[in-house]
Amino acid sequence: MRRDVFHAIADPTRRAILSLIAIQAMTPNALADHFHTTRQAVSNHIKILTECQLLKKEQSGREIFYHLQPDKMVEIDTWLQQFKAQWVDRYQQLDEVLIHLKNNTK
Amino acid sequence: MKQQLLMDFAVNKENNSIAVRREFNAPLTLVWDAFTKSEILDQWWAPKPWKTRTKTMDFREGGHWHYAMVGPNEEIHWAWLDYKTIQFRKRFTGFDAFADGDGNLNRDMPMSTMEVIFADKGPITLVEFNISYDDLAQLETTVAMGFKDGLTTAMEGLDALLALSTNA
Repeated sequence: MRRDVFHAIADPTRRAILSLIAIQAMTPNALADHFHTTRQAVSNHIKILTECQLLKKEQSGREIFYHLQPDKMVEIDTWLQQFKAQWVDRYQQLDEVLIHLKNNTK
Repeated sequence: MKQQLLMDFAVNKENNSIAVRREFNAPLTLVWDAFTKSEILDQWWAPKPWKTRTKTMDFREGGHWHYAMVGPNEEIHWAWLDYKTIQFRKRFTGFDAFADGDGNLNRDMPMSTMEVIFADKGPITLVEFNISYDDLAQLETTVAMGFKDGLTTAMEGLDALLALSTNA
């Protein structure tokens, strides 16, 4: 079973959990109130997100709060950047090709 | 003469799609040819240092483009593109997959649907390339496939993106 950031964000519920926690740290119960699924399902998603190091738990009195770990989000953006770089390269090559085509049709 | 051409890159994580918008300093007729004729595609489609080699191409609705991405050490990834709808010099849509040399699709690898829209702006042509995946994990595999060489150059602009993702 994959346990990395890409696995983490592949699921829409987990993406929703991340955007909720990005706004403020939350307890598992408070999080579960936002979803129609069972508490067990939500806690399973939290477990995966924690294993992927996107969430960090902190004890505050008797409650456990989950915080977002923004460092790991960088990985997602890194591969998006790579994807973008491919298109930049590809289209720069097309620019060159078009210059030749334009010269040939003149 | 150097002019600034638009390049826009938008990721929609909700519907797993990516839109690349780019202007080209050439009229629509040429840009359309560059996207739809294999002899021109072969010159630019694969990002360096990879090269494109077309095996067969039949640009019509229901037709396909079967091509290889060839790496610097002659490593080969076969790809297959099915053309679904074509509106001449306006738009085409297709289905993109990895394949083998005989054109059998590899269903374990990322598959995407694409829509390419062309806008005539006189001496300039705007191309909007929309790619959608079944899930984002597939997108990641696409990035990892064969393009590891360009990895380190991709780090610029990361801070700006990071600021975006943490505010989101």
